[in-house]
This record gives sequence, structure tokens and C-alpha cells, in this order.
Amino acid sequence: MKKLGSFMSVATATAVTLASLLSASGTALAEDSIKIGEINHYKRMAAFAGPYKNGIELGLAEINSAGGVLGKQLEFIYRDDQGKPGEAVKIAEELVSRDGVAMITGTILSNVGLAISSFAAEKKVVYLASEPLADGLVWESGNDYTFRLRASTYMQASMLAEAAAKTDAVKYATIAPNYAYGKDAVAAFKKALTALRPDVEFVTEQWPGVFKIDAGAEVQALERAKPDAIYNVTFGSDLAKFVREGTTRGLFEGRNVYGLLTGEPEYLEPLADEAPEGWTVTGYPWYDFVDGPNKVFVDAYTEMFDESPKIGSLVGYMTAQSIAAALTRAGSTDMESIRTAFIGLEVDTPVGNIVYREQDHQSTMGAFVGTTTVSDGKGKMIDWSYKDGASYLPSDEEVAKLRNPE
Amino acid sequence: MGLFVAQLLTGLANAATLFLVASGLSLIFGVTRIVNFSHGSFYMLGAFVGYSLMQVLPGAIGFWSSVILSGLIVGVIGVIVEVLVLRPVYKAPELFQLVATFGVILVIQDLALMIWGAEDVLGPRAPGLKGIVRFMGEPIPKYDLALIAITPFVLFGLWYLLTKTRVGVLVRAATQDREMVAALGVNQSWLFTGVFFLGAALAGLGGAIQLPKGGADLLMDFNILAAIFVVVVIGGMGSLPGAYIAAVLISVLNVFGVAYIPQSTLVLMFVVMAVVLTIRPYGLLGREEVAGEHGQVGEPEKPIKPASGRARIVVGLLLLGLVCLPLLDSHFVLILATDIIIFCLFAASLHFLLGLGGLVSFGHAAYFGGGAYVAALLVTHANAPMELAFLMAPIGAGFAAVIIGWLCLRLTGVYFAMLTLALAQLLWSLVFQWDEFTGGDDGLVDIWPSAWLSEATTYFFFTVIIGVGGILLLRHVAHSPFGYALRASRDSNRQAEATGIDTKKIQWMAFTFAGAMAGVSGALFVFSKGSVFPNELEIAKSFDGIIVVFLGGVKTLSGGVVGAASLELVKDYLTRFEYWRLALGLLIIFVVIVAPHGIVGSIRRGYERLFSRSTTRVDGESS
Repeated sequence: MKKLGSFMSVATATAVTLASLLSASGTALAEDSIKIGEINHYKRMAAFAGPYKNGIELGLAEINSAGGVLGKQLEFIYRDDQGKPGEAVKIAEELVSRDGVAMITGTILSNVGLAISSFAAEKKVVYLASEPLADGLVWESGNDYTFRLRASTYMQASMLAEAAAKTDAVKYATIAPNYAYGKDAVAAFKKALTALRPDVEFVTEQWPGVFKIDAGAEVQALERAKPDAIYNVTFGSDLAKFVREGTTRGLFEGRNVYGLLTGEPEYLEPLADEAPEGWTVTGYPWYDFVDGPNKVFVDAYTEMFDESPKIGSLVGYMTAQSIAAALTRAGSTDMESIRTAFIGLEVDTPVGNIVYREQDHQSTMGAFVGTTTVSDGKGKMIDWSYKDGASYLPSDEEVAKLRNPE
Repeated sequence: MGLFVAQLLTGLANAATLFLVASGLSLIFGVTRIVNFSHGSFYMLGAFVGYSLMQVLPGAIGFWSSVILSGLIVGVIGVIVEVLVLRPVYKAPELFQLVATFGVILVIQDLALMIWGAEDVLGPRAPGLKGIVRFMGEPIPKYDLALIAITPFVLFGLWYLLTKTRVGVLVRAATQDREMVAALGVNQSWLFTGVFFLGAALAGLGGAIQLPKGGADLLMDFNILAAIFVVVVIGGMGSLPGAYIAAVLISVLNVFGVAYIPQSTLVLMFVVMAVVLTIRPYGLLGREEVAGEHGQVGEPEKPIKPASGRARIVVGLLLLGLVCLPLLDSHFVLILATDIIIFCLFAASLHFLLGLGGLVSFGHAAYFGGGAYVAALLVTHANAPMELAFLMAPIGAGFAAVIIGWLCLRLTGVYFAMLTLALAQLLWSLVFQWDEFTGGDDGLVDIWPSAWLSEATTYFFFTVIIGVGGILLLRHVAHSPFGYALRASRDSNRQAEATGIDTKKIQWMAFTFAGAMAGVSGALFVFSKGSVFPNELEIAKSFDGIIVVFLGGVKTLSGGVVGAASLELVKDYLTRFEYWRLALGLLIIFVVIVAPHGIVGSIRRGYERLFSRSTTRVDGESS
């Protein structure tokens, strides 16, 4: 027994040490507060989730120093789902049943968002999908309990299509990661562009595996199709490789290129002085604001965290704002009241006034569209303008058909 | 013509990194028989270390010395891993070491995040090789040409080292028969360490040399893993020229795949692997494995026996505790318990295959996810009631297992494992790619149980009945004549055949049965979560299963279940903390070192040693 005993004691000692090491990072929960469950891929997508969390923290600091909501402090419980939908649903169950959260928010990955959204409808829990872009969240798989903040794939693709339609390019090539987001983004762009310009033609569609791009081969395949313009949906490390190979091999010379999300600091900053020039992109030109609420947000964020904001920071901040506004409007933490409060909810945000639409629960948050350039060794957006999301959504009849296909 | 040559050159350039990393994996496997899951992490470290060095060392000389230095540094990291983590567990059952390497992955992921931060870094361009040259009008990056030129030198260097030097002779001898090499007085442990240094250094070199074509990011460890395993298997495990040919084959085919079938990017290499293994079961240049190499090494396993009275009481009490859980009145405890039971059933079904059948399947998630998808598809497309869909899940999963089992069982050992992986991956890409039917990676949602099961408590009892029932059934089958025949086929194929057992048929049946049981757990899963996504069919899910089976103890009947329950519980606790991967990785490594026979195996050994010692003492006194 002695041997086993000593093994057990070693094991226990280790476990205790580990636990005490870890508990240092745990957060104590204040008693009299309204709790919100925030589920995200904090580890798997640390570069995106970090700034997003900071944005929420800034929002919370402002809300709570102004007295909180409904006389209580607002508090977020952050949980990591490892990027797995099944895990996210488990955490959602725990947040609702054990932590007693008023509602749930979060996720960047669309599939995790869709899993939580289905859970939300079944268990009648309000879910604000902050960052996931999938159109299905508010349309095909839309439900009464799910709301979405960020401008969706469809909306951002339509903004680029609008810009593309103004040129005389006819032959388009597309390159997009081979999964739902990439496919949605290409389909939306094609639909919007052909509606505006029936004469355009799509000469090739490239589908590299997400984060597994073979950039040299993709660039050769695009070049072979001799397009007038290229529509890019790749991002992250794929984008870096694509831009480098494309620039080296002269793919972008004399061609219009449209990049979905390419202008977001998350993607543009790592490219530094090799950022592509002259692309028309959606993004977030935080460095260019001179005054107004956008500037106020950027300054507050920079001061609090000593780093520049990303698009995720803005979305996180607006998430906290939206939830506070909904709770205030609901007047209680009763789930049905929160749900009703979200419908048609207006929120005053750094990018202006947004509305959570009645017809599909999509907010009218828009996006910044501009042209990329390199200055001071950094990729930036110039000649940008803010496009209101409300103008880039399908008609009400179409939305109704998408939500209830009968 | 110009384009064709240009495409060929792109393929050859891409092959460089792939070959460097894969050759290291192949070397390590050939000599130490360790399936090194952490090889992708060495590659990632090579990229990050190379990036950091290039920031300090200027110019062309700085660039190339950074590349070589990162190889050396990562080699040293490999040595540290080998000495600290793997050396204590060489005597453990075959393949057990892969659990330790999994722990290493988690640790390196968090350390890299701490050191280099979350953002991707863009690799610097190679000084002097930034531009292009034109070949028949087609642009060819100069750096591509450099890569194409370097690879054969590395291959030649390795070939020279392995065939012309004394060290190489010893390494090759160890590859063929490491006991004999040890018997001849060669210090095996230093040989292993040396090989690990070389293997890790090659991975590091691969990571650093690809920097000008991309950069470094925190996902690259997993992203390259499948590809390098495919290369090693196609080339033949342990064969360096084979790895080179395979790397070129995969890369070149990929370039043409991208050009002519752009949608093929996900599946191409797995199709190639499946085809090659069907024609040449041991890869292009691989040798047939020596019998017993992967079945039973070390001491023979004790025969299994029915649980003792005491064990039955313990299990009975545990079950009683389980059904009393709802008394705690905590909704979440029930959800967590449901999750754990589902995972336990999945692990138990894999354990049946792996432990009792000796069939190491690297693609068991195909049946778990397969079952979940069968149920979800029936609900989505046929509006089937939950009960019918639930019933069809194991049938569908079993059907998939019949086909995959038939294809794979012609192979043995690691090749069998890799073919199961390839076919599972094909199934995954089918689900992933076929949006209209399977929903692609947006998955299938709103798959909730019927009204009578929709309460968490009722669903929990349902899971207990089906899940625990399934685990007991698996255990019961192990004790049946079929179970005996399966173990006979595992322990000695020839003798089993001689006694009239149709071993292939028995193994095929076991494969199907295990698949169907995994399908049951998949069905339980989909109705508890209300949705299913392709990640339930992914390699990562299969690996989760393998890890818990080994962690629990592959040579014990309850290993799968105990491993699954412990890991799920620990994970649920640890993921609440910031650096949970680091903690979990260290914990796994710790358990692997103190319990090299798995949790159950080692506890049992501890007991037995105590027990036998006390009996000997009694005997001694009486005589």
C-alpha cells in the first residue's frame, strides 16, 4: 500500500499545486451584478478574441462607472470553447443553469455561432452573435432568440460588388477558402455584382483549404485565367502567402482586386510594408479618424490598453453597448423581456446609430470601404467611407422567404 | 509548355519544406518506433525561432545562418523533449509514447503564444532572392529555385550520413532490429536521442526555410501534421528517398489539382494515399513490417477475466452514484455527466478495437460523427422522428465501418492506422464539401430529441441506459467466444488461423461492431447538443479517442472508459483558466511518466506488486 500511497500523495500534491497556480487567474464574481455569458475561442483564435475581449472590457468600464444597468453592475463571464461547437453548447448550458447569466453572447467562428443559436432557440435563451459572419445565422437558420451585431458576409460582399460594378472590368476571378464562409462570400459577391452588371463573367473560382493555401499554385491558376479583376476572400496566414506570391509573380499588376475584410487591422497589420496596394477592401481605418464618436472610442481604447484597436475591439465594445441598451430597455433580466427589447433596439455606437432589425434580428452596423496603401511601412486604408449596413440588405420579402421557406 | 514547367517548379519548391519536415518524422519513427505527434510543433518552433533570429542577423549570411541555427536550436529542444518526456516511457506498450507527444503539443502551443504573441508574423524575404526569373515568359520566384536546389543536397547529406558513416550503420541496424543492436553493446538511448535531435532539427529547418514563402503562426503545427504523415506513409515509413518522392508527388499533384479541379484541395492527398496503399500496402519504398512489430511487444498480456466480486461492487456503487446525480439538483452536473458518458462509450468502442483487436484505428471519429450525421440527416431531410433516427445511426455507422474495414484490413500496423485515417478524412471532406446535403461546415442544426426526452434529467437517464448499456455490452462481447477469437487473432495470427479461426473475418466483424457502437455514441451526442458539425469527424476527434484509450490503459478492459472520464473531467475544470493547454499538457506528460501502463494498468500493477510481495513473504515465512 505504501507504494500506491506515495504515488497518490505525489499526484495529489501536483494537482494541488496546479490548481493553486491556476486559480490565480480565476476571477471572483461580485454578488450584486447582472451576468452575461461570453463564449469564444480565446485560445484557438487568440489574435482575434483578445482585442474583442478588450473592447468589451472598455465598454463595461464605461457602463459600470456610469452606474451600471438597472442599478446593478454589468459583468461578463468569459469562457473558452476550444473552437468546438459541441463544447460551446455545453458551456452555454453551464452559463445559463449554474452561473445564471441573463443572456449569452460571443463567438467568431460561424459554426460555433450556429450551434449556440440552435441551443438558444431550443432553450429559449437570448443569444447575441457578436462576430460570426454567416448569413444563415439570421436567415436560413434564423430564430426568435438569436440576434447578430456585425455586418454579415452578404452585406460586406455587396459593398465590394457595388464598388466593382463601377469599373469596366468584365472578367472576374475569385479566390476563397474552401469552407462555408468562403463559399457564402463568393456567392454573395456574384449575386450582387451580376445584379448590377449582367455582362460580367466569372472566369475561374479558386478554393484553397483554409490556412492550407498553396499560394504559388493558386497564383498560377489565377494568372492562367487572365481575369480583369480578382475578388479575394482569403485571410490570415493564407492572405499573407497569397499576397507575397501574387506580388512576386506580378499577378496584381494592372488588375482591380477586391478584398473582403482585407482592410481589417487583424489582417492588414501583420503584412506590414508588404500589404497590397490599391485593393478595394472592407476594413477599419482607426488611424484616420479626426473627431466624432469614432475618434473618442479609438482614444479611449488606446489609453486603456496601450495598443491600437482592431475591428474586434470595436465589435466587442458595441456588444457591451448593445447588451446594456437591451437590458435598460427591457427593464428586467427576464428572458422574454430581453428578447422583446432587442427587437427594433436602437443603439448609439462609435460608428453611429444602429438598429436590430425586426424582420431578421440583424443589426444595421455597416463597414468601412476603402483602398489599401502602404505608408510609413504599414498597410492602411485611404479614401474610405462608412457604408451603412441597412442599405446592403435584401428586400423584406426576400428576407421573409429566407427565414420561412415554404 | 512554359506554364507546365512553371507549375512543375512550383510543385518542386513546395516539396522542399514538406520533405524536410516529413523526413525527420520518418527517421524518428524508423528508429524509435514513436509516432511523434509533436513533430508539427517542432516545425512551428523552427519558423518562430527562425523569424526571431532573422530580426537580429542581417543580410544574406544572417538569413542562411538563421535557417541553420533554427534547425540546431529546435534539434536541442527535441533532445530536451526526448530526454525528459520520452525516455522514461520507452518500455511502455507500443504507441503509448504518442500520448506523451500529444502533451508536448499542448505545452508548446501555450509557450509559443506566451513568447511570440497571438498575431501571425510575416516571414522576411530571403536577401538576394527576392525577385523572379522568367522562363518562357512565366515568372519563377528565385527563392523557389533555391529551395529546389537545396532539397537534393539535404537528401544526399542524409543518405550519406545513413549509409556511409558508422552512426548511420547503427541507426539503420536499429531501424531493423533494435534489440539486436542493444545486444551488440550499442548504447541505444544515445542513439535514440541522436535520432531525435536530427529529426527535430530537420523539422525546425523546414519551418525556418519556408519563412520567405509565408511566415509563422500558431496554427501551423496542426496544419502540417496530416500532410507530413501522408508523405511518410506514401513514401514508406522510415524511407528517406521514399519521403522525398512522396513529397514531390503530393506537391506536384496538388499544383495541378489547384489548376484543374480547384475544389480538390481538401481531399487530394488523402485520395493519393488511399490509392498508393491499395496498390502498394507498405508505401512506395517501404518494407513489409516484421510480424509482431506493432502487435505485442514486451511482456505478454495477462488473459482477461470476468470482474471479481469486489470490482463488481465498486462498479455497482459507482453506477448507483451516477443514477443519484439528479438528486444534486444541478442541471449542469447532468449535462456534464451526459457528455462524459457519451465520450466514454466512444472511447470504449475504440478500446475494443485497439486493446482487444490490436487494430490501431486513427480514424475512429468517422463512425462517431458518421452516426451523428446519419441521425441528423434523417431528421433534417426526411423529418424522421428522433427514435427512428437514433436507431439508424449505429446501422449507418456500422455500414461505413463494413466498407472501410474491408479496405483497411488488408494492411497491418501503422499502415492500417494510416489508411483508416485517410478514409476517415475522405468521409470528412465529403461531409464538409457537400453543402446542399450535409450543410458543409455550417453543419446541421435543430436536431433536438422528442418531447418525452427533452428534459435534461430524462435525457441523462436515457444516456445512462444506452451509454452504460453499450459499455457493458462491449465488455460482455470481450468475454464471449467472439472476444476470445479476436484476442487470439491479435496475439498470434498464425496460431489462430491454425485452430480454424478466420482471423480476417473476426477482425472485420470487430471493426464493424466497434463502428456501430461509436455510431450509438454519435447519436447520443447529436441529440444532446442539438447540432452536428464536421469537426466531429475530424482527425482531432479520432486522436482524442486514441489518447484517452492509452491514457486509461490499453491493456486493461476498463482503460478506455476510465481514461475518457478522467480526461473529460480534468478538461472541464482546466479550460476555465487562461493557460489551460499548458497545464493540461504538463498533466498528461506527468501521468504518462508516473503511469506508463495507463491509469488503470499502472494502478493495477501497483496493487499486484504489493499483493505478490506480501504473499512471497508469507511463503518465505512458512517454509
